[in-house]
Amino acid sequence: MRKLINAPADVVTDALRGLAAAHPSLRVDPEAGTVVRADAPRAGKVALVSGGGSGHEPLHAGFVGPGMLDAACPGAVFTSPVPDQILAATTAVDGGAGVLHIVKNYTGDVLNFRMAAELAEDEDIEVASVVVDDDVAVEDSTYTAGRRGTGATLFVEKVAGARAEEGADLTAVADVAREVNERSRSFGVALSPCTVPAAGRPTFELGEDEIELGIGIHGEPGRERAKAATAREIVDAALTAIDADMPLAGQELLVLVNGMGGTPLIEQYIAYAAAAEWLAGHGATVARPLVGGYVTSLEMAGVMITVCRTTPELLRLWDAPVDTPALRWGR
Amino acid sequence: MSAAERWVRTAAERVAADAERLTRLDAAIGDGDHGHNLERGFTAAVAALPGDAPPGKVLVAAGRALVSKTGGASGPLYGTALRRAGKALGDTAEIDAAALATALRAALDGVTELGRAAQGDKTMVDALAPAVAAFEQARDDGGDLAACARAAADAAERGAEATVPLQAHKGRASYLGERSKGHMDPGAASTALLLRALADTVS
Repeated sequence: MRKLINAPADVVTDALRGLAAAHPSLRVDPEAGTVVRADAPRAGKVALVSGGGSGHEPLHAGFVGPGMLDAACPGAVFTSPVPDQILAATTAVDGGAGVLHIVKNYTGDVLNFRMAAELAEDEDIEVASVVVDDDVAVEDSTYTAGRRGTGATLFVEKVAGARAEEGADLTAVADVAREVNERSRSFGVALSPCTVPAAGRPTFELGEDEIELGIGIHGEPGRERAKAATAREIVDAALTAIDADMPLAGQELLVLVNGMGGTPLIEQYIAYAAAAEWLAGHGATVARPLVGGYVTSLEMAGVMITVCRTTPELLRLWDAPVDTPALRWGR
Repeated sequence: MSAAERWVRTAAERVAADAERLTRLDAAIGDGDHGHNLERGFTAAVAALPGDAPPGKVLVAAGRALVSKTGGASGPLYGTALRRAGKALGDTAEIDAAALATALRAALDGVTELGRAAQGDKTMVDALAPAVAAFEQARDDGGDLAACARAAADAAERGAEATVPLQAHKGRASYLGERSKGHMDPGAASTALLLRALADTVS
């Protein structure tokens, strides 16, 4: 294992110390595992807290700031945060208007956030939860844990963050978060696995001419292994899967072409060109594109495509000012 | 030192010794961190052990530490199992077969309520449910505490082994669909390990 780290056990705390040093606009507690907007709590504003395993940077800590999250609680690599940590973040940002937990649909995340919400309610903090589950590669049935939360998490955090910033109440913020989730779908493809520092070996093996279709964001293998293909073919597979689940023709879309961590930007733009071509050819309009590594899986190579069928109101909230380490516009 | 405290310490040693194996099982069908997470959780559980306390209190304290420090799904699930078991024991000073049967049943109920998994879903329930049933059967047959705990550990190991051909319906392995077949469920494996530690502790 060759990684730019000091010690496997210190990966998350060392990274948080770096985040703190680079971004004075954040209040970072590397030991407690919380990243909080420096001006929190904001009286009367609904606060947004998200969190999940580390290894997906800039998700979630990179999205803390005005117009997006009030706090993030990064867990160990690919491991959900623990209830104490989520409670600490929730308490730190509660401005009396309630707190929205944005949770990616993984069993561990859901269970730990549920326990934290109960603890917060014991302290008279009103908590609402939104579970993000946008990944069409997982069959949503009683035979699975349900669809995974992936790229749509960024859309949900941005749009709900904008709604909270303009003073909406907890119900309204939770509603718009759910609306974005329901209108979003993702599909990911891996060209290489990744190595969790504590494990020291790759999460799966891929042959020289193989790719994994339908991956999540935790280095887990996908639904299906396929022969290596061109960017155009890979994008076609992803968008075809999304379109089969949620028709895109005639829709105005937010489109995220998301690098998984190990794929260079030049290849992400190759994928975006293919995506734009595909969407135009299928009667869909790209209202706002976003290209880059925003929801990553350590150094995994590959790409994930996320789309959201927008409305004028959702686009207005998407365009609203945001000022975070990883997403910043309009200010 | 109470049997409960000896069990938590033994469990922590066994988890540490087997962390690599559990993590490898998890890498095959999950995300490759189960052993390391449990090791972190049980290290915290040992640190949280209250000195001279009744077994029920020991398990509640260890369970709370597991919830607080483990992360992932296994923290809340094992933590809830221990807390429920501890609460079922109440202030009992000495654990006998009847008390432990009640505690194990409470642990299983806590896990199935929280995780909503049923037997056959390829989860820790596939080891825990048959273990609880075997414990109760052995007790009904007049077995002493050691015999009951051995029966439970044997059943848990058989249950874990039986997860190999199953397709996962819960947890991260369920994302793999058919590809989850052919691997032992890491949660069932760690449950079997913890119950073997229990049998060895009370023998």
